[in-house]
Amino acid sequence: MGGYILKRLLSAVPVLLGITVIVFLIMAMIPGDPATAILGSYATPENVERLNRHLGLDEPLWRQYFIWLGNLLQGDFGRSFALNRPVLDEILDRFSATLILAGTAFVLCSLLGILAGVVSAARQYGLADKAITFVVILGISVPSFFLGMMMILLFAVQLRWLPVSGMYSIWGGGDLPDLIRHLTMPAFALSVVATGVIARLSRGAMLEVLRQDFIRTARAKGVHERRVIWGHALRAAMVSIIPVLGIQAGFVLSGAVYIEMVFQWPGVGRMLVDAILKRDILLVQGGVVFVAACYVGFNIVVDVAQSWLDPRIRT
Amino acid sequence: MANSSFTRRGTGLLAAALLASSALVAPALAQTPPGVLVVGQIAEPQALDPHAVTAVNDFRILMNVYDGLVRYASGTLEVEPALAESWEISDDGTVYTFALREGVSFHDGSAFDADAVVWNFERMLNEDHPYHGTGPFPLSFFFSAVDSVVALDANTVQFTLNEPYAPFLSNMAYPTGLIVSPAAVMEHGDDFGRNPSGTGPFRFAEWRSNERVVVTRNEDYWDGVAGTEAVIFRPISDANTRVAEMLSGGIDMMVEVPPVALSQFQGDSYELVEQAGPHVWFLILNAKEGPFADQRVRQAANYAINKEALVNDVLEGTADIAAGPTPPAFAWAYNDALEPYPHDPERARELLAEADAEGASLTFYVTEGGSGMLDPIPMGTAIQADLAAVGFDVTIETYEWNTFLGRVNPGLEGKADMAQMAWMTNDPDTLPFLTLRTDAWPDAGGFNSGYYSNPDVDALLEAARVETDQETRARLYREMQEIVQDDAPWVFVANWKQNAVTSDAVENFQLEPSFFLLLKDVVKN
Repeated sequence: MGGYILKRLLSAVPVLLGITVIVFLIMAMIPGDPATAILGSYATPENVERLNRHLGLDEPLWRQYFIWLGNLLQGDFGRSFALNRPVLDEILDRFSATLILAGTAFVLCSLLGILAGVVSAARQYGLADKAITFVVILGISVPSFFLGMMMILLFAVQLRWLPVSGMYSIWGGGDLPDLIRHLTMPAFALSVVATGVIARLSRGAMLEVLRQDFIRTARAKGVHERRVIWGHALRAAMVSIIPVLGIQAGFVLSGAVYIEMVFQWPGVGRMLVDAILKRDILLVQGGVVFVAACYVGFNIVVDVAQSWLDPRIRT
Repeated sequence: MANSSFTRRGTGLLAAALLASSALVAPALAQTPPGVLVVGQIAEPQALDPHAVTAVNDFRILMNVYDGLVRYASGTLEVEPALAESWEISDDGTVYTFALREGVSFHDGSAFDADAVVWNFERMLNEDHPYHGTGPFPLSFFFSAVDSVVALDANTVQFTLNEPYAPFLSNMAYPTGLIVSPAAVMEHGDDFGRNPSGTGPFRFAEWRSNERVVVTRNEDYWDGVAGTEAVIFRPISDANTRVAEMLSGGIDMMVEVPPVALSQFQGDSYELVEQAGPHVWFLILNAKEGPFADQRVRQAANYAINKEALVNDVLEGTADIAAGPTPPAFAWAYNDALEPYPHDPERARELLAEADAEGASLTFYVTEGGSGMLDPIPMGTAIQADLAAVGFDVTIETYEWNTFLGRVNPGLEGKADMAQMAWMTNDPDTLPFLTLRTDAWPDAGGFNSGYYSNPDVDALLEAARVETDQETRARLYREMQEIVQDDAPWVFVANWKQNAVTSDAVENFQLEPSFFLLLKDVVKN
């Protein structure tokens, strides 16, 4: 098991190096430079050149890359042009907000999705199955940012039950109930599509397992049906559900970009969008590398979990 | 049946979870507290160091935390005393001597005096200053005419310019001329932008990234104490979300209300405020090559475009029709005699026939959005349709803002016949000087991307820049506006009226022509 984990970790190194090259090249190639973005209307060639020199952007490209990579390996992500603070501080602040949002949405969609999928499968073609399928298809079909805006109109503007945006109240608050009030709408909006996907695939996985011999044997031995479904069948089905969860975790993380914009959640997705528009090169590069590293790490965790559940994979 | 029990239990669990979460949301949300004004901003500020930033969004906070030596008198773009009580200008227009207000302290307790003023400008302009590295200072060229700054005594400071430069005082009133506490810069270094200290009506209290900037009342303010205890600036970059926050009572005031949302704020619960400012939205025409090299074709474009429909229908009345290159907000320098080109497609066709340019093909650069660009895509398509109606064949090319600037600023030659553009400036000199002179062609480092050139205009602008008598200066600008309108290097389209909406709990609020947000006298009930 230890060897397997080490192998997976080593294979992540070239992936991450490749990402640094790609994100660096993309930022170098897109038109528009940070000096123009900062100077706006006053971006005369002379002012742009002076500012670029100040920002160290007059070095040759390959040198810029290696300086950046060298600093990165020592944990120095540099300083954001647009926010005037260390990139890593900003990323950590923002990433914890994203983790709270995406983490809640992930837990929500995993629980609801598996629950709905199992119920659907247990009652195949029954009323519950049809009702769940209908709701699930509806959920998959509605874009999350649209759902978010509609929720704001209903629950925040009309009913005034929940705050429109942000993570904490602007005065007072700051405690857990305050966070939950702010988290409810974005986490729900973010989880809907993933819930649908997980429900559909869990249903399929469960149906396949329920047809197998060991389930028939269990039923024949007189095991309680509840135990057959939740104990025997679900455990077997989890082997195919877990990779889906892994993919959906990535989906929730990337979907957070839209939701963070709509609900002004101070997360890493909104940070990246703002940073790209401002050509805040170091923040974009640092942010993408950080998120990619987390994504790679999460995939390793999923693979390890899967191989632990199903030793055949561990080869 | 056995398996019905687990679904029932599942449903029960779900219901319990929903109940639990609704208990948390049960109480209707409170309004913002009295004495605390919550302002919805369009973005997170870059920094609160006035010398290091360029965005209007940041200026909205800065103008309430700092003072300059001079400021714009309320409701105008004319300069009046602030931290300087008075000033004298030498006859040749190169020496400005300011008498400073006595007994003023920065929020950190250090004293405001002539040495502090000298230190501020040295930090910005002198590359060898020990704190020059706390920059960059992108707008320091506002003061590039400054040769030296000297403290004559504790309360007198003298600026010597290397040549007469009429916009100097107006630039001093701009945020780049605000005075920061030297002691605070020395203490915080690079982090001064997050720990600002000035002399303004509000002192900085807290900045939580991406959530809020809080400033509280300066009880010792030299110009009277502010009307609210605190102001909280919230960055809400999505316009729809900002509108929803305003409608739900989460903020008391928002700026830059999107035109389509204006109708939601009719009625007694809200007050809508608007103010024309020094903004002009225009189309740069490529006068070097192609159909617009002919003055008659440029005039035809001005006649063909229905500006009334643009400002009333596309912009929902949030702008006025522009008559010439100078916005009317510069009242003293504006030529009232100018009438905008009327919408007259017939006249446009005649001019095109005269110029033998009927059916010309045009490439039109449109941006997706950018500072002061209003609603560029709908405006671009409306303009395309108006030009098609008089026989032009217009192809639109759309670019993201920074890309757009990267294509337009180096000049339109070989790329496009026309491009959208907008400017907001603080002095009637800036825009024409940087965009209409022959010496401002892109290869000379200016923004004259359409290669307009008229020696008379050049001479008028050069003369106005060094003229210290305001009446004479005004006459030169008025003459320039007439010539430029007739030469039509641009299609003059719109002057934006900045807007803001406040809840009925807010009193005494007005917008300024400078587009700054001054909150000292605002009261929040």
